[in-house]
Amino acid sequence: MPTIAMRTTLATEHMGEALKRVLRAVRDAPLPALFILASLVVVAVFADAIAPHEPTFPVKGAKMFAPPFWMEGGSLRTPLGTDFQSRDILSRLIFGARISLVVGLMGTLVAGGIGTAMGVLSGYLGGWVDQAIMRLTDAWLALPALVFAIFLATMLGPSMWNIIIILGLVYWTRYARVIRGEVLSLREREYVKLAEIAGASKLRVILRHILPNVLNTTMVLASLTVGVVIIAEASLSFLGVGVPPPEPAWGLMLSEARPTLMAGKWWLTVFPGLCIILIVLATQLFGDWLRVRLDPQLRNL
Amino acid sequence: MHQFIVRRCLYSLVTIFILSLTIFTVVRLTGDPALLMAEPGARPEDLERVRMQWGLDRPWPMQYLSFMQNVITGELGKSFNYRLPVSELYLQRLPNSLQLALAATLISILVGVPAGILSAVRVNTWWDYVGTVIALLGLSIPGFWLGLVLILVFSVWLEWLPTSGTGDWRHLMMPAVALGWYFAASLLRLSRSSMLEVLRSDYIKLARLKGVPEFVVIGMHGFKNALIPVLTLAGVNLVVMVNAAVIIEVIFAWPGIGRLLYEGIFQRDFPLVQGVVVMAGFMIVGVNLLVDILYAYIDPRIRLTK
Amino acid sequence: MTPLLQVSDLQTYFFTFRGTRVVKAVDRVHFTLQEGETLGLVGESGSGKTTTCLSLVRLLPPAARIVGGRIDFEGEDLTQKSPRAMRRIRGRRIAMILQDPMASLNPLFTIWMQVGEPAYFHQQLRGRPLRERVRSLLTAVRIPSPEVRMREYPHQMSGGMRQRIVGAIALAGGPRLIIADEPTTNLDVTIQAQYLNLLKEIQRETGVALIFVTHNLGIVAKMCDRVAVMYGGKIVEQRAVRDLFDSPQHPYTRALLGSIPKIGSKEPLYAIPGQPPNLADLPSGCHFHPRCPSALPRCTTEEPPDCNLGKGGMARCWLVHQEAEAYHGDSTP
Repeated sequence: MPTIAMRTTLATEHMGEALKRVLRAVRDAPLPALFILASLVVVAVFADAIAPHEPTFPVKGAKMFAPPFWMEGGSLRTPLGTDFQSRDILSRLIFGARISLVVGLMGTLVAGGIGTAMGVLSGYLGGWVDQAIMRLTDAWLALPALVFAIFLATMLGPSMWNIIIILGLVYWTRYARVIRGEVLSLREREYVKLAEIAGASKLRVILRHILPNVLNTTMVLASLTVGVVIIAEASLSFLGVGVPPPEPAWGLMLSEARPTLMAGKWWLTVFPGLCIILIVLATQLFGDWLRVRLDPQLRNL
Repeated sequence: MHQFIVRRCLYSLVTIFILSLTIFTVVRLTGDPALLMAEPGARPEDLERVRMQWGLDRPWPMQYLSFMQNVITGELGKSFNYRLPVSELYLQRLPNSLQLALAATLISILVGVPAGILSAVRVNTWWDYVGTVIALLGLSIPGFWLGLVLILVFSVWLEWLPTSGTGDWRHLMMPAVALGWYFAASLLRLSRSSMLEVLRSDYIKLARLKGVPEFVVIGMHGFKNALIPVLTLAGVNLVVMVNAAVIIEVIFAWPGIGRLLYEGIFQRDFPLVQGVVVMAGFMIVGVNLLVDILYAYIDPRIRLTK
Repeated sequence: MTPLLQVSDLQTYFFTFRGTRVVKAVDRVHFTLQEGETLGLVGESGSGKTTTCLSLVRLLPPAARIVGGRIDFEGEDLTQKSPRAMRRIRGRRIAMILQDPMASLNPLFTIWMQVGEPAYFHQQLRGRPLRERVRSLLTAVRIPSPEVRMREYPHQMSGGMRQRIVGAIALAGGPRLIIADEPTTNLDVTIQAQYLNLLKEIQRETGVALIFVTHNLGIVAKMCDRVAVMYGGKIVEQRAVRDLFDSPQHPYTRALLGSIPKIGSKEPLYAIPGQPPNLADLPSGCHFHPRCPSALPRCTTEEPPDCNLGKGGMARCWLVHQEAEAYHGDSTP
């Protein structure tokens, strides 16, 4: 007969187990990556409050090409310097975070959405649908992503929303292949077969059984490709076919900084680049952590 | 083997078909092809002429056929700016891009592969961590930014290397490093995982059980097997680099295909843009085909079965 | 007569999760092997058979270590040998055959290269003598037209042939001991018999000793002189083959024998209840007690000692201990 003493011991044991699990999760969490990402999100969302100046207008009374505050000629009002229109670099960087994050996340969302949908349809429906989608995927994968993106951007014209759509169109193929593989194996699982035998419509099976199980993979893939999308947007903006001026897209800032590079105005080039590196690094680390946690099968990707 | 080649060729044809169809459709969906193909400021008669020449007054399927006909015969239109056929311009610039891509690929292989294999052989030790960090940085640092920083350091501050143009190895150095940087990281990751997988295999175990010296186990058995996917990737990537090194070529004023594309965009030289994109796609498909066939020759498993 | 191989008190543990989890894969195992003798090593997956074999040749995965015991082979203690010395022993004096012949052979190298490797490195054979050696080895394992086969690749052979080639590789160095880790598990049943006959012939011709790892008692009956039954990282019974089949002592051995279907018998198949133990989390006392139909209260708390059964046999069981005590008055080996 379980005594009260035994029951309490059992209960404390359970709590101990749970606590251990929580602590382990905290210890394993990618704290630096999460911290960086969280700060970036906060900065982006509260840009208006955080940034000292307007990003697209010159700062009153500031010089052109002022260097960072620790150098001669710099001032604390414009801590990271000013550009060719006397705009504050720091403020531009802060507002630029918004652009990078929005385009990066939304572009990944579009790519992931299209890619997953195509992968699921291709894997589950099989037959000529599968063939058609796979051929399309292979064909679009053959064209270099940047070249394809440049081509589309030239045709569609530069604007933030266009870029999001273009990035989605260019990068969905990376999801489709992997998801299709997942679906092919999921299709053979017993609970799927049971649902099919029970007469569930194809759509229902997809929505209820297949989709939730591939979302794990989608999320892992997404976290890994967010960095690529962000750099792609920066590249497009650099070339002038991405986010158009006067928006402070980091890639655009780099392109504007080019003429001054020879004159040694290094801060206009270095700081935007460091921001890009920071955000991509954070997403990569987060993605690696996610990959190990969510799906051991993908560990060797 | 022959069956394999035939099937593979057919497959490439389908891919080319889809690619060309995509380009064709995008152009028609987003604007008037006649306007694009004609020079800016063209009069109605010019537009008519362009329409006739490119068959733009006929229904779409017919248009596509003549488009493909033109493409296959190498007729990609004439660049407004250069007043030269696009195909000629492309072929003119190709060797430059090839040179850059080769240098970049070489650097990436020399850096990435040994580092990756070392990481695998000394997995979870310091070497491995260093390798992982390098791989991470390679993916996070945009190549074009690296190029700009390299210019800053080596041209502006140290004045060791020239900033742009072609010439000798000094001109090639920075763009090749900037271009190859990302790929070195990819190669590192790939060689590492490939080598790890090979090292886990039974035939490696058996080689050790035979008493074969360790450096032969890794150097011969491990290396050859691990290298197959790595080389395939390098080969394919070389061709992609040739066509996609747009930003690097722009930054370093390297007269290659990427820069050609950029000029086309900037100067609204549509035939140039379309031509380069088409050529890029076709070239990559072609090389993929060749690599697959080559791969089949190297791997005796494919070569010796029917 | 000094035994060819004497394993005493061998302990091989796996250290995972940065040393926090210890898996006692091989826990105080001992057995001896004479020249030309065949020892069967029987057990379920995860009982420690393969780890024991890998310990003998010191080719353990990085997470595993031999933490105690001796392995005396031809008079020398292998646990004390340097990696370079072990390398000279492997392939030359001790050889091993793995389970999956397709995976054991490198797909990118020819047969002759792979069979010739031990002779190349251990006996420094080159050129014509090396080719001759490979040819004679392939003939010894009954591969027809060895000249032709030599130049072919592994994927061009059938499974049975591949496993024979792996056998040829094992013989290449002229070893005194061959460890065969489930060599027939991946072969068709018809090929299995052929292969086992081949092994027996080779043994007769060369006098090589054999450690045969298997979970198939039928093979044990056919091939082995002595058997060691492993469970949970320990040897629970070790007997001459005849004795084991005639009068199994350990409840686990009895259960294994009882679960062999007998032709003509209408009795229901006996399956051992429960699952093989998780080596990271072994039951206390005798590891078999949760599944043992005759477990005593003592079995749950204390590990049973080895009980001498005469004629070189032993069993690790409190039941046996009790009976022996009652019979002999003392049961220490």
